[in-house]
Amino acid sequence: MSDAPLLKIKAIDAFYGDFQALFGVSLSIEHRQVIAVIGANGAGKSTLLKSIAGLMHPHRGEILFEGKPMAGAPAFDVLRRGIALVPEGRKLFPSLTVEENLLIGGQSDRPGPWTLARVYELFPVLAERRNLPAPALSGGQQQMAAIGRALMANPSLLLCDEISLGLAPIVVRDIYARVPQIVAEGLSLIIVEQDIAQALRASNHVYCLQEGRIALQGSARQLSRESISAAYFGI
Amino acid sequence: MQWFNIILQGVLIGGLYAMFAAGLSLIFGVMRLVNIAHGDLIVLAAYISLMVTQGLGIDPLTSLLLVVPAMALLGYALQYGLLNRTLGDDLLPPLLVTFGLSIILQNGLLELFTADSRRLQAGSIEIETFQLTQGLFVGALPLIQFAVAILVIAGLQVLFYRTALGRAFRATSDDQSVAQLMGLDTRHVFAMAMALSLAVIAIAGVFLAIRTNFDPAIGPARLIFGFEAVIIGGLGNMWGTLAGGIILGVSQAIGAQIDPGWQLLAGHIVFLSILAVRPQGLFPRISG
Amino acid sequence: MTRVEHSTRSSRIGVVVIGAALIVLALAPFWGDRQTLRLLAEMLTFVALASLWNLLAGYAGLVSVGQQAFVGLGGYLLFALAMLLDVHPVAAILIAGPIGALVAIPVAALIFRLRGAYFAIGTWVIAEVFRLLASQISALGGGSGISLPASVVIAMAPTRQAREFEMYWLALALTVVVLGAIVALLRSRHGLALTAIRDNELTAQSNGIDVWRIKFIVYVLTAFGTAMIGALIFLQKLRISPDTAFSVNDWTAFVIFITVIGGIGKIEGPIIGTIIFFLLRQTLADLGSLYLLLMGAVAIVVMLWAPRGLWGIISERLGWQALPLQRRLVTGEETGGKR
Repeated sequence: MSDAPLLKIKAIDAFYGDFQALFGVSLSIEHRQVIAVIGANGAGKSTLLKSIAGLMHPHRGEILFEGKPMAGAPAFDVLRRGIALVPEGRKLFPSLTVEENLLIGGQSDRPGPWTLARVYELFPVLAERRNLPAPALSGGQQQMAAIGRALMANPSLLLCDEISLGLAPIVVRDIYARVPQIVAEGLSLIIVEQDIAQALRASNHVYCLQEGRIALQGSARQLSRESISAAYFGI
Repeated sequence: MQWFNIILQGVLIGGLYAMFAAGLSLIFGVMRLVNIAHGDLIVLAAYISLMVTQGLGIDPLTSLLLVVPAMALLGYALQYGLLNRTLGDDLLPPLLVTFGLSIILQNGLLELFTADSRRLQAGSIEIETFQLTQGLFVGALPLIQFAVAILVIAGLQVLFYRTALGRAFRATSDDQSVAQLMGLDTRHVFAMAMALSLAVIAIAGVFLAIRTNFDPAIGPARLIFGFEAVIIGGLGNMWGTLAGGIILGVSQAIGAQIDPGWQLLAGHIVFLSILAVRPQGLFPRISG
Repeated sequence: MTRVEHSTRSSRIGVVVIGAALIVLALAPFWGDRQTLRLLAEMLTFVALASLWNLLAGYAGLVSVGQQAFVGLGGYLLFALAMLLDVHPVAAILIAGPIGALVAIPVAALIFRLRGAYFAIGTWVIAEVFRLLASQISALGGGSGISLPASVVIAMAPTRQAREFEMYWLALALTVVVLGAIVALLRSRHGLALTAIRDNELTAQSNGIDVWRIKFIVYVLTAFGTAMIGALIFLQKLRISPDTAFSVNDWTAFVIFITVIGGIGKIEGPIIGTIIFFLLRQTLADLGSLYLLLMGAVAIVVMLWAPRGLWGIISERLGWQALPLQRRLVTGEETGGKR
């Protein structure tokens, strides 16, 4: 059962209208694995996550989740099957309080360990601010709330889109310090990051995207700085 | 004392206008849709109640038990089957489709029921009055209808701010894509909002039909009253909408007292004045 | 030297066809009977009204369900000027335009505070206000309306036939002028801005186009034309009342259906739409209110599955244009001119 990868992407192409953003991208992730997807701006990292999450549909290729085909499924269906996205820019609901944002994350009622109490345990600062409107939080707190909101759906796979964006390094380290706890509960993570060092520290396996193609992949420990730079910048 | 009575009547009918407005502003809030057929749906509810009361021999207030669910179901189907297809960035399709719907409803009702004026008979409760003070009486029915209006608005507030469905409405209104990421099927959320809107319309329609004569053509005027109440009160605030309805009702009552032909004009003039001087409304909460 | 070329092959053919049609129409009093003349005049006024609505909604993005305000205003201006101030009816039609435009200025100032569909309802409120005000004017018949006195009618022309010819040519002339003005506007610099607004308002704005000023101007100009047409319509009808002058069905519902079915945002749309509308009306005349019901259903179907209307489909499939409104940059080499 746990032989098959949790998620397997086979050669997908993704388009924004006429503009092709992904070219034959393949990727796979196992249970309890953390992989990082790095690349420059516009390399296609967010597009990849959106394609997995169902916000975009690939024109070619396959996406298999838990062995079953998923490409073309609408976003709400993807969530119900067990993949949650922490979107780029946090995107908390401004009309809702912190607690309401967390609660709506859990509205699909998927069974699992993550409850409001557990999320508050993971991010105590959220408990202190639970009844504040979401926009009242600082950037780092909003990021924690966004992650907590995604966890409330009890996913098997968590997609994190640039969670370090716009945050101070100490805040970023604070957030990434929780990753092991999250993985320990049985989740896999795909982390999209511009902060390469952070990405390498947090993950087991790395994919580097360059202009919509996978330029490099390998174990986070074994890839050399030079090969990563070359792949990142396309030199 | 006569003036006090007039203003009181205006306040009470303001509750009815607030109900017209509540259904309209609720769907605008959730999906930025303005339903041009809104007024005609109020009239449809009145006719459905007419058929139910005549067919089953029950009184109009009891007929609500059937009319409200029927209209809610219709709202769900209408949104899911038709209006969901019009939503998007272009503002023309929902506007023109609901306009077409308005024409269809008016003429369909005309074909089925003719242009004859009708009225729902609520029985003895129509003539009962309470005496408030010396020389000041208020009808039982207008008072009940005002109380119902307050209950409806309070109920909507509770629904929006204390239930999961209300959270879903607010989240979808904030950001449709991210709401989908939460596992919300926005097609269903929109359909629920329309179902709710039509449920409120049903209540408003039945009370309207008890209160005044109705025929297939009176829909657009109800839409306009609801719309004016929303704009006067301010977008995004249900209690503001109640205030807007009351202000409209009172304006009309005062206008009617000056000259019967000025009843509607007075309301429109107050509306236009507020639009001129304070376009965001008296108690706005969101910026549309 | 580069310049902008407006015509295409199909538009050159289109201009010829339209030119021929206009000559035929101008001679209609000599080949057509009274019924035909009345029908043609009615069709012409609808082409004009629909073209103006199309300019407002299809190009400027202002959807109005209250243009009947200006139709009725024009009608009442005609009656007021002719009956109370002894103005010649044709002069009254011409005066109705500028007055309509003047009235539109404060109206626009008010309702432009509303956006999108709320703007649409706002236009409806304005029409209602005009209707209620008209019912208060007892000199013009109050709530029940009034007929045009014989003296005014005679002032147009001595015989009935002469009057009918005159009315018809007025309708034709007014429609040609309105369409001509719209084409001229669209070919101008402002027209380029309008087409940009039609295609994508946000982008137009970020390219420096003052979107609101253009919308304001278009609204006022549309009121100008609509008021004149309204005056003409009620000169033909010889009788006016608040309900007929400000009727939503007659002056908005039909106009919207015509434009939607013909094609919004294309100048040929209202012409095609009017032809279809009147064909349908002739064939379905006996159905009464079922006819309106059917129109509503057809409009919904068209809006959902063919949102660019019949002409939209034709012009997309075949690349046709009936009028020279394209813009192509042509360099010196192509025209063979000197640099």
